[in-house]
Amino acid sequence: MTLRSKPETERTVAFTVNGRPVTLRVRVRVTLADLLREELGLTGTHLGCEHGVCGACTVLLDGEPVRSCLLLAVQADGGKVTTVEGLGTPDALHPIQEAFAEAHGLQCGFCTPGILMTVAALLADAVRPTDAEIAEALGGHLCRCTGYVAILEAVRLAAERIAAGAGGRGPPGQGEA
Amino acid sequence: MKPPAFAYCAPDTEEEVLSLLHEYGADAKLLAGGQSLMPLLNLRLARPAVLIDLNRVRTLQYITVADGHVRVGAMTRQRTCERSALIADRIPLLTDALRWAGHPQIRTRGTVGGSLAHADPAAELPAAAAVLGASFAIVGPQGTRVLPPEEFFVTYLTTAVGPEELLREVQFPAMSAEMGGAFLEVSRRQGDFALAGVAAVVIVRSGQIAQARIALTGVGATPIRAVEAEDFLASRRPDDRTLDELRALVSAHLSPPSDIHATAEYRRHAAGVLVARAVRSAAQRAERGAS
Repeated sequence: MTLRSKPETERTVAFTVNGRPVTLRVRVRVTLADLLREELGLTGTHLGCEHGVCGACTVLLDGEPVRSCLLLAVQADGGKVTTVEGLGTPDALHPIQEAFAEAHGLQCGFCTPGILMTVAALLADAVRPTDAEIAEALGGHLCRCTGYVAILEAVRLAAERIAAGAGGRGPPGQGEA
Repeated sequence: MKPPAFAYCAPDTEEEVLSLLHEYGADAKLLAGGQSLMPLLNLRLARPAVLIDLNRVRTLQYITVADGHVRVGAMTRQRTCERSALIADRIPLLTDALRWAGHPQIRTRGTVGGSLAHADPAAELPAAAAVLGASFAIVGPQGTRVLPPEEFFVTYLTTAVGPEELLREVQFPAMSAEMGGAFLEVSRRQGDFALAGVAAVVIVRSGQIAQARIALTGVGATPIRAVEAEDFLASRRPDDRTLDELRALVSAHLSPPSDIHATAEYRRHAAGVLVARAVRSAAQRAERGAS
């Protein structure tokens, strides 16, 4: 049998980032995190441990939270990627971001983009998650500043606001181009 | 850029995967969910010449029921299984075990077959597969062979899957209505690998244990069936005295490793306590399910 897929060291990858279509030629060993930061300038996605432990690099792939340091950029081919830049803008924060600001859900902010993406997926799944569900989701993120109590409070606040429709916007990653 | 240089391909059929494995053999590494292999690449502890990505092979992602077994395609995501009503109904122990496996953000990519083929000695799924008596369907140049857990798991990070073979399906016997199961573990933080973990499945009839199966993780090179404990429990009532003796029996029969995370003594003690708790919980569920 002839091989249709020969191993290559470079490939063309096409996917959407925050609704915007992207087509790029990439080296196959580049991670999605590095592609986002270095090729696309989306430096909101932070890199901490780069081996899947800290959660700072978490983005949404087809609506599900994933470690972008553990995904090759070529594996995003055909997918929908949402980063923290797709959540809100400095002038129009997403309700989750507003809640984090109000409830002091961040201090240095390094871990925050990843946490925000996990929370976006959590609130898309469960309108009013229990504290245990919130804790389980946050368990995939290391924060060395806050002690998590304020983060938990921020998630509760975001959940309430979104459930009440006060934010006027649902979580991202759904129904975009 | 952290991973070492490799060549990458993403075939979309099993035939092509096998052809690629035939061509590159031990120089190639199969990429499933990537939640163990990608860290190894990023840390440059693994340096395969060729990476064969299984994520485009759609025929490896499914959950079906046939002949009293739940058949799970090797590339089925752990998160998909965790959310599966079918699995929660037929093999609730697997649902319980999955909740301990990494974090939700890991399980969205992590696969059932990937975790089992990686065979980390402290992972949850190998113990669940061992206690349930799962069968592992492996395809290769000579066709398909099906192995039980005790033949599939060889030692630390090593299974019976050969360099030209692919784990394609795991077959879990459905739990009967009178079976109760429980999965428990201790780890330093939620989501870490288990310092010690236990999967237990029991059947209780007239207040006595009619059947018990127990498998441990984190206390040896492979998942360990606690055969002495299973035999000890036969025909006994799962009361405080029995469970106390069970705890001592389990601890006495284990020779777990010491490492920076925990001493052998700690693991031995924790494993005994966990088995007693898991059997109690499984017996309660069995009695509720049977009534």
